[in-house]
Amino acid sequence: MALLEIRNVTRRFGDFKAVDDVSLSIEAGEFFTLLGPSGCGKTTILRMIAGFDEPDGGVLLLDGQPLAGIAPEKRPVHTVFQSYALFPHMTVAQNIAFPLQMAGRNGDEIAARLRQALDLVHLEDKARQFPHELSGGQKQRVALARGLINEPRLLLLDEPLGALDAKLREQMKGELIALQREVGITFVFVTHSQQEALAISHRIAVMNEGRIEQVGAPEEIYGYPKNRFVADFIGTINLLPVTVNSVGEDGLRLSAAGLGEVACTAASGADAGEHGVIALRPEQLALLAGDDRNGFDNHFVGTVRDHLYLGDVTVYRIALDNGVVLEALLANSLPGRAKSLDRGDVVGVGWRREAGVFLRD
Amino acid sequence: MSSALAGGARQGSSCVTERLSAAARRSGSGERLTRWLVSLPPTLFLLLFFLAPALIMVGASFRQPGDFGGLAPLLVDGRLNLSLETYRFFFGDWIYAEIFLRSFLVATATTLLCLLLAYPLALLIARSERGHRDLLVLLVILPFASNFLIRVYAWIIVLGPFELLYTPFAVIAGMVYVHLPFMIMPLYTNLEKHDPALLEAAQDLGAGSWKRFRRITLPLSMPGIWSGSALVFIPVLGMFAIPELLGGTRDILVGNLIKEQFLDNRDWPLGSTLSLLLTVAVLALAAIAVRAGRPRRGTA
Repeated sequence: MALLEIRNVTRRFGDFKAVDDVSLSIEAGEFFTLLGPSGCGKTTILRMIAGFDEPDGGVLLLDGQPLAGIAPEKRPVHTVFQSYALFPHMTVAQNIAFPLQMAGRNGDEIAARLRQALDLVHLEDKARQFPHELSGGQKQRVALARGLINEPRLLLLDEPLGALDAKLREQMKGELIALQREVGITFVFVTHSQQEALAISHRIAVMNEGRIEQVGAPEEIYGYPKNRFVADFIGTINLLPVTVNSVGEDGLRLSAAGLGEVACTAASGADAGEHGVIALRPEQLALLAGDDRNGFDNHFVGTVRDHLYLGDVTVYRIALDNGVVLEALLANSLPGRAKSLDRGDVVGVGWRREAGVFLRD
Repeated sequence: MSSALAGGARQGSSCVTERLSAAARRSGSGERLTRWLVSLPPTLFLLLFFLAPALIMVGASFRQPGDFGGLAPLLVDGRLNLSLETYRFFFGDWIYAEIFLRSFLVATATTLLCLLLAYPLALLIARSERGHRDLLVLLVILPFASNFLIRVYAWIIVLGPFELLYTPFAVIAGMVYVHLPFMIMPLYTNLEKHDPALLEAAQDLGAGSWKRFRRITLPLSMPGIWSGSALVFIPVLGMFAIPELLGGTRDILVGNLIKEQFLDNRDWPLGSTLSLLLTVAVLALAAIAVRAGRPRRGTA
């Protein structure tokens, strides 16, 4: 049985469907992420799990028990808020011990668990300080410790990294993964950042306009997006318009207008004659000099439109003969640029048949 | 600011930081000058119209009353005509201490009742829709539109039929009525600033409604409680109009006593002594309150 079961949940605000017939099941011990642009309904789902909002239709089950009508303070679900919402008049220790006091634990137990929690988030020396004396990352860790100390069945995290600067955010990602592994509590994480979602989650649900577009492991979501929204929202992707010629044992034979035949392994039940796109990640494309196919199943010639030096990689935008522009990456493994390609240079673009995904229109 | 930059200059000893710290010092002294100039008029005003009269009052408390009010001449037969008579008088008769004590009790009761009535109201206004708050605040201060004495006289009409007039109850009712807005306003100003996310977090972490109030709202509103209490307690101590109009003969307070010395008994030195002792008592209490109510580190 899943730890949290969301069945056909809908939430309307007036005419607007913030959450539209969403079903999800989250397993115990999972690091689960709701990912989507702002306004996609992910925070509404979180608030319904926490009890601050109730669905208009559908049910939420925690350990098989319906959550409807249970007040937020009675749910074994704690939240780490985006703004942290630390109590400004309490010390770090008082903040973290708060849920234990509310649960009516005795003094000895509180003291022991407080020590553990402070140790867990490396804040032993900050116990007597007040929130306004802490840095952003320290506040974040206090909020985490406070959310975890009473061992909730679920910890909800509402864009907890949003308020941190880039460097700290990278560091906190690692700490979150380690923390979740250590405490074994199920995390439900909400973010609009696909990088965060890919880096820390066991599974991701990609949401758009109140609906779930795809649920899966990060590799699945990134490598095999189910539709154009997911393909486009997660990372950068090239979309090459194609028509299905034939469906065979070894995958699809597609034809790209003005280019020729394209081979693609990932079938996803396409039928001959269907129109769609083949979605290719920039890092799946190889840039080849001259006419050498170099063993790639698909190979076309194009012209360098422009390039963007990003330090670790250089992004090249290549215009193919049919006018479609593809983005390709080259890792700069030595100082300077890996290849000295300039605007207007003619270059070959190749990819393996396993690389792309066909998405029907 | 300037010290932090100067510290940087010491460590780095770079030319740029030194120049920056010099600039900070210059702007710092300019800022000080501006601050001094801006605070000069109110300082002068307070020295002239508050401190000087208070000192004159201290002097007057050691002098002799004039035959028809005012003060007797300072020099009589070439000798200073000063004495501790008024102080001997005050400490020689238990009745004065009793009136002081009664005044403090009335002020304390008024403050507590105001707090009890004002807190729910202030909370209600602070938690109502943003667009409604201004209207509700306006309703709170609306009584100020009519004259204070007229409002107190109205209480005579209200309390008369119930035979409650000229009782301690009437005095306290009048005091609470008049001073309630002074308690509501600072409380509202404080409560309105509370971050609703804190209550949501407390609820999420297992706090029911009473615990949310007890552990979050109440402690965060302590500065508002202290300033509201000061704004009610201190004026009530000196109030003489309300006890005079609504209270009986046994309900006189320090304010009435002082007023009597100046207007009826024409004993300015005793009146000055009473005023002075009241001021000292209030300052002592305020000092205690400030120490007790000093916002702890981290209080919003």
